Amino acid sequence: MITMTAPFTARKAARRADNTPRPPCVLAVASGGGHWVQLMRLRPAFAGAEVHFATVDRSVAGAVAPAPVHVYPDANKDTPLRLVFAALKLALIVLRVRPDVVVSTGAAGGYLAIRFARLIGARTMFIDSIANARDLSVSARLAQKAADLVLSQWPAVARATGAAYRGAVL
Amino acid sequence: MIFATVGTQLPFDRLLLALDTWAALHLEVPVIAQTGQSSKTYTHLQTCAHLDQRAFADTFAAARVVVAHAGMGTILTALDLGKPLILMPRRADLGEHRNDHQQDTAAEMAQLSNVTVVQSSAALCVALDRALAAPRAVGDVPVAAEPKALIEAVRSFIWTGLTPEVRP
Repeated sequence: MITMTAPFTARKAARRADNTPRPPCVLAVASGGGHWVQLMRLRPAFAGAEVHFATVDRSVAGAVAPAPVHVYPDANKDTPLRLVFAALKLALIVLRVRPDVVVSTGAAGGYLAIRFARLIGARTMFIDSIANARDLSVSARLAQKAADLVLSQWPAVARATGAAYRGAVL
Repeated sequence: MIFATVGTQLPFDRLLLALDTWAALHLEVPVIAQTGQSSKTYTHLQTCAHLDQRAFADTFAAARVVVAHAGMGTILTALDLGKPLILMPRRADLGEHRNDHQQDTAAEMAQLSNVTVVQSSAALCVALDRALAAPRAVGDVPVAAEPKALIEAVRSFIWTGLTPEVRP
């Protein structure tokens, strides 16, 4: 299966006065705990790109320095008010970073970032946590309606849900 | 030292109470616990609601055995460090999580050689005794390899928007 979106170069050129080629700007989004650890395992994929991180815990900044870290409130569907704050903060982060590509390993915050990033034409990818061994998470199912590509880390889950399988963090 | 972590999002008192009971019978073994949202007090545990990333990594690395809920952050960290890990998955029917995905995770991770999955407080105590009695592992615990296929898929998506298909 092949996923294709408009090349970011055209958009970038429109945004910048000069036409000097530059690496893609990536916003990598993950909540705390396992989502963040899985994102860290994928870090080699960001080599050569300009990468910004967005997460819920400021104390990770040292681990990814000098890459900028943006912080949003940790929230899920059981904390609706915090979810609203998280959405507002993520909208600001997306507007400030203006990424060409958004990659998220979950959860709710990643889905929200992808929703906003689509509005500014970014290419978006949601990788469901390897913890979801039997079914997609709610965030991943929502992301299926918004992201260019949603991955499950389990072949059987991918087959059953229409997500793609491209390997796993383990 | 035993390190216990139940994440930071939701309380998991069933695990912590079992561990506190075990610790009361093993006063010679220090037990450090990241208790997250728990509002209870545990007499025999050194508790901390939330460890920052560095403190978490340091405590994890220093532990002889790690006891945890079936959270992937803990599981992946234990694999990286080759640490014996006892997992007690949260149960949605006891209000310990929003759903039962930790049961699924634990079932899949039980096949890893450094992982023991327990469902009850009694089984947790047995598993702890067994883990402490076992000889200290030297290099025979699996250390997770770099996830090459997935990294390549993400890299390719970033630069081209295409991701090569992978055979499971």
